[in-house]
Amino acid sequence: MMKLSSEPFLWTLFSAGGVVAALLVPVHLLLFGVAFPLGLLHAPSYEHLMALVGLWPVRIYLFLLCSLPLFHWAHRFRYTLYDGLRVKHLNEVIFALCYGGAVVGTLLAGYLLWSL
Amino acid sequence: MKDTIIVEIPRYSPERDAEPHFQRFEVPVYKEWVVLDALNYIKDKLDGSLTYRWSCRMGICGSCGMMVNGEPKLSCATFLSTYARNGAAVRVEPLRYFPVIRDLVTELSDFLAKLKRVKPWLLREDEPSLAQGEFLQTPEQLEEYKQFSMCINCTLCYAACPVVGLDPVFVGPAAIALAQRYNKDSRDEGAEERLAILEHPEGIWGCTFVGECTRVCPKHVDPAGAIQQYKLTAALDWVKSFVMPLGRKNKDVDHAGKAA
Amino acid sequence: MPEKPLSKAPIYTEFHPRWYRPHVSVYWWLGQRQYLKFILREISSVFVAWFVVLMLLQLRALRSGPDAYSRFSHWLQNPLVIAINIVSLFFVIFHAITWFNLAPRAMAVRVRGKQLPEIMISAPNYAMWVVVSAGVAWLVLR
Repeated sequence: MMKLSSEPFLWTLFSAGGVVAALLVPVHLLLFGVAFPLGLLHAPSYEHLMALVGLWPVRIYLFLLCSLPLFHWAHRFRYTLYDGLRVKHLNEVIFALCYGGAVVGTLLAGYLLWSL
Repeated sequence: MKDTIIVEIPRYSPERDAEPHFQRFEVPVYKEWVVLDALNYIKDKLDGSLTYRWSCRMGICGSCGMMVNGEPKLSCATFLSTYARNGAAVRVEPLRYFPVIRDLVTELSDFLAKLKRVKPWLLREDEPSLAQGEFLQTPEQLEEYKQFSMCINCTLCYAACPVVGLDPVFVGPAAIALAQRYNKDSRDEGAEERLAILEHPEGIWGCTFVGECTRVCPKHVDPAGAIQQYKLTAALDWVKSFVMPLGRKNKDVDHAGKAA
Repeated sequence: MPEKPLSKAPIYTEFHPRWYRPHVSVYWWLGQRQYLKFILREISSVFVAWFVVLMLLQLRALRSGPDAYSRFSHWLQNPLVIAINIVSLFFVIFHAITWFNLAPRAMAVRVRGKQLPEIMISAPNYAMWVVVSAGVAWLVLR
């Protein structure tokens, strides 16, 4: 029997995104956001990165790294707006902005990775 | 000269007041006294009009839930001496996020309605005859739900949960934990029915895992854990409904004297 | 079956109209340390989203060629951007730690009838975190 509520699906996406964000985002942000710009570690060359990104498994990995954490953010931020700011009356708008944003980001990631 | 402590209590009478006003009482501190003893002393010796709920005075009936210095506590299980350092006052208020009928007494009918809605009793397709004997349950089967069965309906978890305060329609920790207690009971067959009731933004999905409910629970029920497990079950159930649309078979339960 | 809300409004007895109903303030989350920690945990998701934005910008720069990528790397060295990224790093690590500590609560894993202590589920998560991070670092730094 199909459940009509979309919540289980969204929660599953949120959980998957949470796992990806927890496992992978710290090291990526540490390297590319802090260590390389500050010169703490030797930054990889353009060629090395392009070589890595040329491999299809890496592209799929990067796609998931971009997409799933966005859905994690969308779900959590939606509930934070409901609870933190008590704006539940803007229900549909928040829903659209959050998950819509995640979808846009996913499409962008897909497009960029496909055309690299 | 024995120690005393100031107990601050908001007094509110619906016929008389538009909002509560704090009143201070000086109460002696004995080593073995709990906050409930202080309230009984006040009612007995200082102001007989003070109104509050209590019954068993030993942490099992769930009647005496109150906010003590901003924390949801059972007044019969909270020692007064903890608060009696350096002449500090202790503030005793009615449980948060409930309407106040009078003084420290809260209105619980909404909670009771929510509890009833989740059907916290054994749901079965068929009622076996008495001749078949009682249901048998192994210790392992009991362990599956025993923790959630310890709930005394004291509603401390409702006072701790910010979602209850922000969204009064949210079913709340205790109701969901008790639904899960029956879902996990091997004698029960109502998991699908309860899931249909709770699978809503006001049910399990309203919970954002703040975790305060588990922290304040005097019986260590862990309602937050129950709700997260319930979410996982609901999510897996949803996945299964795509992969295996034919439905699941009923659980087999042993009866004393007859093969399952 | 259409989705029905559990109830339209809370149900209270009709015979008591004059109860005191305290108002929950918009700043409820500042009232208690545990509430503040909770909101910070939830806000960490914004910094996770910021990382994805960075990632998309990086991919766009890579796609546009070495000059664009070098401009992007230069932009990353802007002190304001570095400051934002350091703050983001703290929040993202906060997310990871709270996630690994809380995720086991959703799984009631039983071995021989006894529930596994939570550390036995969160410890492997931490271990995997270290291994995966090391793997990514090695691939990038090679």
